[in-house]
Amino acid sequence: MHKNPSSSPSRSVYLVTLIDETRREKKTLGKDFSSAMATMLRVFLLLLSLLSLTAPAFSLYEDQVGLADWHQKYIGKVKDAVFHTQKTGRKRVVVSTEENVIASLDLRHGEIFWRHVLGPNDAIDGIDIAMGKYVITLSSEGSILRAWNLPDGQMVWESFLQGPYSSKSSLLVPASLRVDKDNVILAFGKGCIHAISAIHGDTLWKKDLEADSFEIQYMIQASDSDVIHLVGFVGSSQFDSYTIDAKSGELIKHDSAAIPGGYSGQAALVSSNTLVVMDSAGSTVTTISFHDGKVTFNQTPVSTLIEDFVGKAIISASKLEGLFSVKTGTLTLFVRVTVEGKLEVVNKVDYATAVSDLLAISEDRQAFAFVHSRSTDIDLTVKLGADWNHDLLKESVKMDQERGSVKKVFINNYIRTDRSHGFRALIVMEDHSLLLVQQGAIVWSREDALASVIDVKTSELPVEKKGVSVAKVEETLFEWLQGHVLKLKGTLMLASPDDMAAIQALRLKASGKSKMTRDHNGFRKLLIVLTKAGKIFALHTGDGRIIWSRLLNSLRQSATCEAPTGLNLFPWHVPHHHALDENPSVLVVSRCGPSDDALGLLSFVDTYTGKELSSASLDHSVVQVIPLPFMDSTEQRLHLLIDASGQAHLYPKTSDALSIFRPELSNVYWYSVEAETGIIKGYALKEKASDNYSFDTRSIWSIVFPSESEKIIKSSARKSNEVVHTQAKVIADQDAMFKYISKNLLFVATVAPKASGDIGSSTPEESWLIVYLIDTITGRILQRMTHHGAQGPVEAVVSENWVIYHYFNLRAHRYEMSVIEIYDQSRADNKDVWKLILGKHNLTSPVSSYSRPEVMTRSQSYFFTHSVKSIAVTSTAKGITSKQLLIGTVGDQVLALDKRFLDPRRSVNPTQAEKEEGIIPLADSLPIIPQSYVTHALKVEGLRGIETVPAKLESTTLIFAYGVDLFFTRFAPSRTYDSLTEDFSYALLLLTIVALVAAIFITWILSEKKELRDKWR
Amino acid sequence: MVLFGSSLSPIRSRPKTTIYNCITAVVLRVVLNWKLAGDTTMKMRKGVLLVLFTLCFVLSLFAPSHSGFQSDELLVDDDEVGLPQTQSQQSSSVPKSDQTTVTTPSPTPRRKFSDSDSDSKIQFTLEHAFGDSDFAPAGTFSARLKTSAHGGQTLTKLRFSRNALTDAEKENFKNLVDGDDFYKIRLPSNVLSPPGKDFVVTSVRARCLPRETLDEHFVIHTDGVNILGVNYGAPAPCSYPRPAKLPSKWSFNSYTILKNTEQAPRTPLFIQDVLKNGEEGEGEVVAPPERSFWAKYWMYVIPLGLIVVNAVTQAMNMPEEQASGQPGGAPAAPGAVQRAPSSAARRR
Repeated sequence: MHKNPSSSPSRSVYLVTLIDETRREKKTLGKDFSSAMATMLRVFLLLLSLLSLTAPAFSLYEDQVGLADWHQKYIGKVKDAVFHTQKTGRKRVVVSTEENVIASLDLRHGEIFWRHVLGPNDAIDGIDIAMGKYVITLSSEGSILRAWNLPDGQMVWESFLQGPYSSKSSLLVPASLRVDKDNVILAFGKGCIHAISAIHGDTLWKKDLEADSFEIQYMIQASDSDVIHLVGFVGSSQFDSYTIDAKSGELIKHDSAAIPGGYSGQAALVSSNTLVVMDSAGSTVTTISFHDGKVTFNQTPVSTLIEDFVGKAIISASKLEGLFSVKTGTLTLFVRVTVEGKLEVVNKVDYATAVSDLLAISEDRQAFAFVHSRSTDIDLTVKLGADWNHDLLKESVKMDQERGSVKKVFINNYIRTDRSHGFRALIVMEDHSLLLVQQGAIVWSREDALASVIDVKTSELPVEKKGVSVAKVEETLFEWLQGHVLKLKGTLMLASPDDMAAIQALRLKASGKSKMTRDHNGFRKLLIVLTKAGKIFALHTGDGRIIWSRLLNSLRQSATCEAPTGLNLFPWHVPHHHALDENPSVLVVSRCGPSDDALGLLSFVDTYTGKELSSASLDHSVVQVIPLPFMDSTEQRLHLLIDASGQAHLYPKTSDALSIFRPELSNVYWYSVEAETGIIKGYALKEKASDNYSFDTRSIWSIVFPSESEKIIKSSARKSNEVVHTQAKVIADQDAMFKYISKNLLFVATVAPKASGDIGSSTPEESWLIVYLIDTITGRILQRMTHHGAQGPVEAVVSENWVIYHYFNLRAHRYEMSVIEIYDQSRADNKDVWKLILGKHNLTSPVSSYSRPEVMTRSQSYFFTHSVKSIAVTSTAKGITSKQLLIGTVGDQVLALDKRFLDPRRSVNPTQAEKEEGIIPLADSLPIIPQSYVTHALKVEGLRGIETVPAKLESTTLIFAYGVDLFFTRFAPSRTYDSLTEDFSYALLLLTIVALVAAIFITWILSEKKELRDKWR
Repeated sequence: MVLFGSSLSPIRSRPKTTIYNCITAVVLRVVLNWKLAGDTTMKMRKGVLLVLFTLCFVLSLFAPSHSGFQSDELLVDDDEVGLPQTQSQQSSSVPKSDQTTVTTPSPTPRRKFSDSDSDSKIQFTLEHAFGDSDFAPAGTFSARLKTSAHGGQTLTKLRFSRNALTDAEKENFKNLVDGDDFYKIRLPSNVLSPPGKDFVVTSVRARCLPRETLDEHFVIHTDGVNILGVNYGAPAPCSYPRPAKLPSKWSFNSYTILKNTEQAPRTPLFIQDVLKNGEEGEGEVVAPPERSFWAKYWMYVIPLGLIVVNAVTQAMNMPEEQASGQPGGAPAAPGAVQRAPSSAARRR
């Protein structure tokens, strides 16, 4: 009791000293305190930045594959098909396509067994099967012969065939020809005939025909002899036939004769010594028989075969015994050639008919098929070669959708269960789809138009309406809970293998992702895809399924439009959020032919239903389409179409649109890059309209590149819909740099004309690459920079205030990527705070191209290991998220590369402040981090383009890469900082909260009890 | 008034500003340290100053290499500075013959011209048009054509003389200003054989030009004897909407600049820099400033100290309580009475 008062003062004294001491400590520390704090902060920031560097921004775990991405494999329009022979037993067909793909397909389901995509310049000319186990392909104009193993598609051998000049090529795989116990393959290409061993690809003999411009038509093996006939034409008037000994390659005989009436390019082989050709006028059929050195001609006018014939007739190049088919404007005629060389018409059928080659069904019987389509039906007829009156098979097959006319048919026979002959037909349609028809039904179909995507746009899905039963798709609360309990089990490692499988299935299903309504994050969209076939598809971003597809009528071949080609898609009608009853639509711009001055076609397609709302054939050509940033009262976007004569046409052609457009007339400019002449021109509109909706234009500026030293190889501009969030960039020393952000920035790359060929065709001294940054309103050259010893091909991407381009450095023998960043100096003095407070700044003043630009550029080059097929950049909704480059590599993958690696401000030893800012120490080459492949383990074969679309969620961008394959994924350049991942275990969170609440309760009760006990004590 | 080329001035001043910033930073830090340091030893302060200065030194060391890799060519005065003359009819510019000038046929950039280089004078005309009218001569550019021993030709010493505007042209110009139309100019794309491939055309909204006089600014991009493009416009900003205004004096005030291509920064050169600087840099950077024990471990020591102090006070209290508790240990009631208020206090 007494000690208490004495003890407390001592304690307080101690405390005072303690405080004093800490104070002193603080004093002594003071000096270092601030710096230590700063270093701490810096170290932390540095660590953070390093962490974000070392861990790539995008990488997947194995079980995340397929959650957000999908991949579809295609082959393209089938050019040729070879069925496996009966002996091999497997039900497969090998096809070669116009996308230079060779693939083995399953006849039961249409799946791809194996597939090889040859290069873009390696077109396949011939395909056949040798010895029942190798697929032989002849490609690159008859200069590469390859053998592939039939079951697994491994390459067995490859031979390069040399020749003096390029010519047509032909492949013949004789069934019974043997030279020194070797099976022989005969390949004609580059003016030479080669005999190649089928076993190991060695050349057995080679014969140069020493005939310039000999275009081979057929290579024929005379029945059961060792003699090969080569028939073809020189120019358009001379027929040549060579007879060659297949064992030794000796030229036995060479006959040549002038064809009366000329030759138009098509020929049909009727028998082993008779050829039928059409003359150059397309009005006379010439029968050529070459037998024992005698070449005889027999001419028959088409008008004797068919009455009231006008126009041109075409012979379809198919091999039929004693028969050939002639296509006139409206009909297809089957014409028999008699022994004497007389012609007689056997049958007339509809124009849109495809005829197959002859198929040997037994020792002495041969069959062929012809197919023609009637809107939704296709009629397949199989006939015995010699006997016209007897049908082996006649079927009519209903199609599920409009696929246009039949383009090609290949038939194959099989033995039915009742021992009779059955036939299956592989049919290539106008929309490039591939159908297998058997027993009067379509067994399978492939939408191979998707292998030739021209343009992609996205469309929002409909808003979820109340009252519409979406609930069916939605799972019940119980299922939801069950799913989360399963996930929880997985997280706590309690799950059995079965559970794990269930979890994985659940994740892949991800019920919500394939719904047909808009979502909060903007992940679900429709990809509207225009293909070379003139077919439009809508793909769902969730799972890649085809929502609808439409073969556009306006894009089909017709009398007025010979070869319609799609050009571009534009969003035409984008209703605002609340217009629920209106469907958005896209504008499809196309033209009737490959040249610039072909007439244009417009088509408007509803993006929800795929219905073609309307279409219009224009009376002018379409060279350029400028989407204007205006909308009329019905929310249709205004578009300006420029034709070849330099006239501008306003669409839609309504007075409403015109009244909106008129005030803006003087502010519309555009430019054209004429690569052939090396001139870039800028244009403006004339005030006066030549008629109501057409405007005359005038050239206002031009840039002329000297043709002896520069050749334009690449031009690229910013995406018009790109969003930039910050105008200024704060750099390490608390200084700000203002970005030069102009929508009118054009990047142009020119090379020395000598160096415009392949890499290695010129020396470093005579090659250079000059890059330009041009303002497209005034034609000012903002920056011009020369890379000596560099050459193309150049790939470039322009975004915000920077350009990144890829080229080859001949001196360093490596590819390089360079960056140019462009900053605005006229606004640089806005950094003064007082100026900002007093309002003496020019930040709010409008920017005009007519003001003299005060720009500063910074650039830097880095080595990059790969050659590049395409470069794109991520785009997000508000442009806040940092950018990553998406590089389509030569291996057909998409690599994500942080833009920070291509910062011109990188230095060898960045200062502390720069490190904090995120500047990476300089290295001479750009890193390729394996985890940052967006396509992870997959390949987008034949990659041609990468499209990025912002999602509603700021952190995320949607990536669609297309080529022969399609690939789609979601990508977060700076990780998903604004949402929880899909794997997030809500159940675990719930459980934790419940446990915590329970714990609080229990401890509270316990403490209450304890206190009570204490009180009672 | 001297007008600098667009990309010139900021780059030049760049090294200066970094050094300046560095110095200000040092000054600031020193002041800060003075304030905070209070009673620390002189030695410590010196150490810190030393560290700061070395840092600054390292920074300033890197400054040249830094700006060097950005764009060394920018340091070379590429742009020509146009000097407006007092006589507004005639304005001229005297370009410096710089090294980066690229000669047309041979791509090798840095070539010194030998004395045997032949110079020749050439002239080419500037033509103008009002709106959609035809082009008419408006002035003459005269320049020297330098021919190097290797056959490369370069344009230097550009001079420009403007013809006076005729009354008709003045009237045309007024119409342009009224209609906010284009005033167009053109130059031949090849000065030796005009017009070469085509004319290089450029135009400006007529309302941009008039100030006191008609102010114009040419940047002519050349490649040997070829003219690629002309940046033409008013030197002053000209933002939309443009007010219609006529000049008080009908004469042109011209600035001309001749511009050649810039050299791109080369990666290979830069590797050597990397290697060299890397080695040096490491040597310098690796040596961290020696810091006191406190500076390094204060964050561990203080909590530890607090814990120890706490423990000690606890330990000191314990015997007291025990001492006070144990004497009255036999009667249980007082102990309970004693504790009750304390627990109540704790609860509060």
